[in-house]
Amino acid sequence: MRDTAAPQPYDEMFDADGRVRPHYQAFAQWLQEQPPEAIVTKRAEADLSFRRVGITFAVYGDEAGTERLIPFDLIPRIIPAADWRLLQAGLRQRVRALNRFIHDIYHDHEIVKAGIIPPEQVFMNPQYRPEMQGIQVPGDMYCHVAGIDVVRAGQGEFYVLEDNLRVPSGVSYMLENRKMMMRLFPELFSRIRVAPVEHYPDLLLDSLRAVAPDDRNAPVVAVLTPGMYNSAYFEHAFLAQQMGVELVEGQDLFVDANTLYMRTTRGPRRVDVLYRRIDDDFLDPLAFRSDSVLGVPGLLSVYRAGRVVIANAIGTGLADDKSTYIYVPDMIRFYLGEEPLLANVPCWRCSRPDELSYVLAHLHELVVKEVHGAGGYGMLVGPAASRAQIEAFRAQLVANPANYIAQPTLALSTVPTYVESGIAPRHVDLRPYVLSGRDVTLPAGGLCRVALTEGSLVVNSSQGGGTKDTWVLED
Amino acid sequence: MLSRTADSLFWMSRYIERAENTARMLDVTFQVSLLPQSPRLRSQGWHSVLAISELRQQFDASHDTLTGRDVIEFMTRDADNPASIYACLRAAREAARAVRGSLTTEVWETCNTTWLELQRRLPGLALHADPRDFFEWVKFRSHLSRGVVAGTMLRDETSSFLALGAHLERADNTARLLDVAFVEATDESDGEAGDASLAFYRWSALLHSVSGFETYRKVYRDVLTPSRVVELMVFNPAMPRSLRCAVDDVIRSLEDVATERSLETLRLARSLRAYLDAGSVQGLFDRGLHDFLTVFLDRVAELGNRISRDFLVPLSD
Repeated sequence: MRDTAAPQPYDEMFDADGRVRPHYQAFAQWLQEQPPEAIVTKRAEADLSFRRVGITFAVYGDEAGTERLIPFDLIPRIIPAADWRLLQAGLRQRVRALNRFIHDIYHDHEIVKAGIIPPEQVFMNPQYRPEMQGIQVPGDMYCHVAGIDVVRAGQGEFYVLEDNLRVPSGVSYMLENRKMMMRLFPELFSRIRVAPVEHYPDLLLDSLRAVAPDDRNAPVVAVLTPGMYNSAYFEHAFLAQQMGVELVEGQDLFVDANTLYMRTTRGPRRVDVLYRRIDDDFLDPLAFRSDSVLGVPGLLSVYRAGRVVIANAIGTGLADDKSTYIYVPDMIRFYLGEEPLLANVPCWRCSRPDELSYVLAHLHELVVKEVHGAGGYGMLVGPAASRAQIEAFRAQLVANPANYIAQPTLALSTVPTYVESGIAPRHVDLRPYVLSGRDVTLPAGGLCRVALTEGSLVVNSSQGGGTKDTWVLED
Repeated sequence: MLSRTADSLFWMSRYIERAENTARMLDVTFQVSLLPQSPRLRSQGWHSVLAISELRQQFDASHDTLTGRDVIEFMTRDADNPASIYACLRAAREAARAVRGSLTTEVWETCNTTWLELQRRLPGLALHADPRDFFEWVKFRSHLSRGVVAGTMLRDETSSFLALGAHLERADNTARLLDVAFVEATDESDGEAGDASLAFYRWSALLHSVSGFETYRKVYRDVLTPSRVVELMVFNPAMPRSLRCAVDDVIRSLEDVATERSLETLRLARSLRAYLDAGSVQGLFDRGLHDFLTVFLDRVAELGNRISRDFLVPLSD
């Protein structure tokens, strides 16, 4: 069943000797009892059900695939309680520091004055928003929803791969995958104590209400979507529905007397908290991109006056930029006076000539990413790339080195996964969703993405990755 | 509720209702076409289908012949015809997708499943061997959709806008159906008209198309007469697909969502009911049913425009 030729990456289910790890034993036992045909039936059932529910994903630049299913794998990623405690503490610590950092950057720049982060890294960064300078946001919270990508490598140690602090998506899959597993295999959940995640929308609503403008006692929350043709539309609609709030588009909103309103059948209704799922650039055509039809003219001025809260705040991209990522451990030490509980992946900055020359000499073994890129586009995975691909990428890199960082190719941990030929290990990552409201909290779980192609390390759904349910075990 | 949401709800149920009524209309025409009759009469039924929907021009632009087969094809699975069942169900599903957050999971899944199932069925469908099987399916999905709305949705504005769309569409569609059926029946002046059994089948098919055949028997306990068929379909407030009943339902939904701005619209709807109340079967026949229905259809269209202006696309901020 297991491929033994290549050096083994860390497998979440089996140890190096092929024995089932303790936290997977109850599941392995159950799996063994299942007739293979039953699993085939359940897989078909899951597919059908996702289609009926309409949990589909639009892929850009792909006419035929305008509504595609993200493959769902039936073998869950299981995380033992002790590992989760570490992750939870590390993630909360990290997001606290990131919130402090963004607040600092848009106020007194202490971290720059202390010489920990060079000023050009902050102020020359295209993600820095001068409009945010000096603006007070409730609770000093900026990244109300953070998706922190965590991987396991080597002997099983955790690394933070990247911080997503703008409009991280995927949480609906965390919830729907759980619902699907419970629907398909209810008996599993009576055998194994899995921490629930279904209360996420409540946590989210609670966090969003907690940061409403001070003078509003029954704050009105709305989810702002670019519309039904956006790839994550399902998620926007899903979250709005689960929270019981309106799902709005830019055309549904308008600004009058420095107040944000939505157009309803009973006339204008004031909006206090806007959970936006569109990028900064499109929020307000008067302030940012003037050709944007997705946003609301005048929104920024209402925001600056403190009469509406935008979540996530404008300008958080500065902190999740891949060139800022390198400084996060220092931020934790600087703002919290603590040692980071979760490590960063080592990193080379191509903007530095010495580091660039190392990267150019080792392209075949490194992962090179665009500093501002997202979604697995514009990256090179050296070991998996052809000679021609590497040479093409080298040209781009030399032309604009500051646009790239490089990391060692981590042997991401694997989880057994259903593939054409049966069950085989496939690489996974994990995106827990960290909420910043009254406090920094997170549900015990996350979105587990799996690279379905053998050996592939790219788990993004836009690149053909799949998902698994993630189980955090309770003690 | 967001105006855009109300707009999508309104149109979602209009499209579902329209798909159902198109299926009903095709069904009755198909049945009548099976009766022994002259080729001219037989093809007249299919002409009427296009006339009802005001689609003759569009049909002619893409067709050289006009047979039952052509019309069924055009009205069921022609994706380029915005009034085809396919296009209606696609539009309904698009609208539902735009507001799925306002629908219960069951309502959304019913609509989405209809669409998925339609795509699976239509391409290989042996449509012409037994079209009624497909029409039944469309009607059944519409029943299901209505039922799941009634059984799961909160009785708030959301249900009201859904109901408003469906009933306004029904008022329109029933009036058109009646208009065409009647024009045809009275046009049978070329000898075949005297054929009592043919007339009987025409009227009974019309009743069947609004699920009214048994109702007729129950209400009148008598043979089919044109004036009673008209009475049942225009004036009877208890007959779910009659004009009177559809207008009552429109008024009820409008009352539920009324705002200051919509008072004039509500007044207009009530005056439409008064227009029906003031009429009588004899009066209709004296004046001409077609004239009466033309006025009715104009008023319904005007109501649709006003609803749009009052709730769905508010002009002022």
